[in-house]
Amino acid sequence: MKPRDLSDLALRNLREAILRNSLTTLGIAVGVASLVAMLSLGVGLQQLASKRLSQSGLFDSVFVTPRVNLRGMGRAAMPPSSDQAPRLLDESARQEISRLPNVVEVYPQVRFFTEVRFDGKPFATMVAGMPASSKASGSFDGMQGSFFSGDAAYETILQSEFAKELNAQTSTLIGKDLVLRYAERQSIPPNPMDSKATSASNSESLPGGFSVVPKEMRLRIVGVVDTEPASGFGGYGNGRLLIPLQVAMTLRAAQVNDLRDIVRGTSSAPTFASLTVRAKGPAYVEALEASVKNMGFGAFSLLDASKSLATFFRVLDMLLGIFSSLALFVATLGIVNTLVMAILERRREIGVLKALGASDRDVKQLFFFEAGVMGLFGGIFGLFLGWLIGRALNFGTNFYLHRRDLPSVDISSVPWWLVLFSIGFAVLVSLVAGLYPASRAARLNPVEALRYE
Amino acid sequence: MPNGQPAIRLDHISRHYTMGEAVIRAVDDVSLDLPSGEFLALLGSSGSGKSTLLNLIAGLDRPTSGAVIAHGQDLSTVSSLELARYRRQTVGMVFQSFNLLPRMTLEENVELPLRLAEVDRSDRAARVHEALERVGLGKRITHRPGELSGGEQQRAAIARALVNRPKILLADEPTGNLDSATGESILMLLKEIQKNPGMTIVMVTHERPLAERFADRLAVMGDGKLLSNGAAR
Repeated sequence: MKPRDLSDLALRNLREAILRNSLTTLGIAVGVASLVAMLSLGVGLQQLASKRLSQSGLFDSVFVTPRVNLRGMGRAAMPPSSDQAPRLLDESARQEISRLPNVVEVYPQVRFFTEVRFDGKPFATMVAGMPASSKASGSFDGMQGSFFSGDAAYETILQSEFAKELNAQTSTLIGKDLVLRYAERQSIPPNPMDSKATSASNSESLPGGFSVVPKEMRLRIVGVVDTEPASGFGGYGNGRLLIPLQVAMTLRAAQVNDLRDIVRGTSSAPTFASLTVRAKGPAYVEALEASVKNMGFGAFSLLDASKSLATFFRVLDMLLGIFSSLALFVATLGIVNTLVMAILERRREIGVLKALGASDRDVKQLFFFEAGVMGLFGGIFGLFLGWLIGRALNFGTNFYLHRRDLPSVDISSVPWWLVLFSIGFAVLVSLVAGLYPASRAARLNPVEALRYE
Repeated sequence: MPNGQPAIRLDHISRHYTMGEAVIRAVDDVSLDLPSGEFLALLGSSGSGKSTLLNLIAGLDRPTSGAVIAHGQDLSTVSSLELARYRRQTVGMVFQSFNLLPRMTLEENVELPLRLAEVDRSDRAARVHEALERVGLGKRITHRPGELSGGEQQRAAIARALVNRPKILLADEPTGNLDSATGESILMLLKEIQKNPGMTIVMVTHERPLAERFADRLAVMGDGKLLSNGAAR
């Protein structure tokens, strides 16, 4: 029989026992729906977790510190195996690191304590410099207001917790000015003639010094952000008041490592407490970390954490998949049952078809096709049902979060592979379920089938 | 009408069934030659084996021993795929209970053998109409079998049996479910069909008077054996 005739007859047969076939198809749909709902939940949670973590910049970043930092701080001395002399984390090192393959950018962490004056009241908090690239990291998605208008703009974005301290109605803050008070380093050169010295430490032989002078600066509030884009490790606490990195660097605000550097006094050039190296993606982090270590710096990434996280979600997906496969297995039995019943019911029809010249293969294909169509419709309907369940879970979760003033999340996600997989799986399972009934129908003896009343 | 060409040759065929210990000889060593174009009536009481013999000629069953040779093809040795092709192209079959598929219209019922034979869609409608016109049901193609009388259903079944232009028409008690007047009109239709060049008809019946009126030859079976192969009258 030609495929079109086969499908004509199969669809006609399905229509003729519409109730029973619909119920069977519904059985498959419920199985697929539970599979899709569970897997979409797994995928959604995974995406949520990795989004949160990637927003923190932990997964595609390597944190570089000078190795010498680790010495004499109550820790064991560096093992003698390290061949490289400890290197200073200065501008030349920064340039060198930024030339490594797959590096997107290298920027220093600038964080310092500040006192903010707003509405005549003082508020203590931590300032963090944000590189321009952080705008694209996703951390600022859904923020109130807008990102900095430029690299050197005297603007600030407030973290919402801190913003609420200033004014409970955070949206009213945007466009207003605040005053930033901070401690500026002013160098005291060992030789008054050397006016070029700008750093905490200078001179080849004698260390210079710096004095700390309070300074003020007026900043315009341009945005309020929920997440803490400047959190994470390598810094000194969470930055609650964000300013463009370039502005932060020009402020020459006294930083935590300044005191340490001045007593060490090893270099005339400015050094960084730490650098953040952003790679093109988490896949490049491992190699990058090794290269940076080879250059003689301390390097650290959260790669291992991300690896075990991925493993965790794979296991979670698998468990969810196994549980929902049970539902699909029950649906499979439904298909077998429906088709075996159909053979009993259509015994005479099979006999007639054979008498009219249908081959065993024709009959087998007919039943096989019917099973496949039930699987296809069950798969499509189940996918829709599963997606609906996922939406409902999402809605419920967000309703709960909203009532507790927490930001909304997407805990269920149906990616394209899940769409194709669930429909394909439903069809496959149905075909397997159709194997036995189809071959049984094909083997039916036409003489007996025609005698059957 | 017979032109002397052997269309079917039954060569010492037997069909035995085992039921527990007992062996039932439904057809027991039957030999018969049927010239092409002949109308044979197979008579016998219930359980005489006449329907089993017809099923063997139809390629629905295989003999336990012996050979069924139809138009040069030995049905006892061909593959099941070949046998299906034989049923599709060489024979047409009519049953006592019509065996039309109840949910299909007459047109769809008659189209079924064309679908199985993979006849082009463009040719099908014309052939279906032609077959139904021939049995006098040209105006009822959209009706379902349940909406027709028994005689009309049997005519539709005959149209279905003929639509693939077979060389052999097999009828298993075609008048068994019909009143005598309708039965007679069905036999007149069969007689009409026999006029097709080379159309061989084998009809199983137990209505001797009708058989005597319409068939070219009567063969009588009893207990699986051919009691009389009734030379052509």
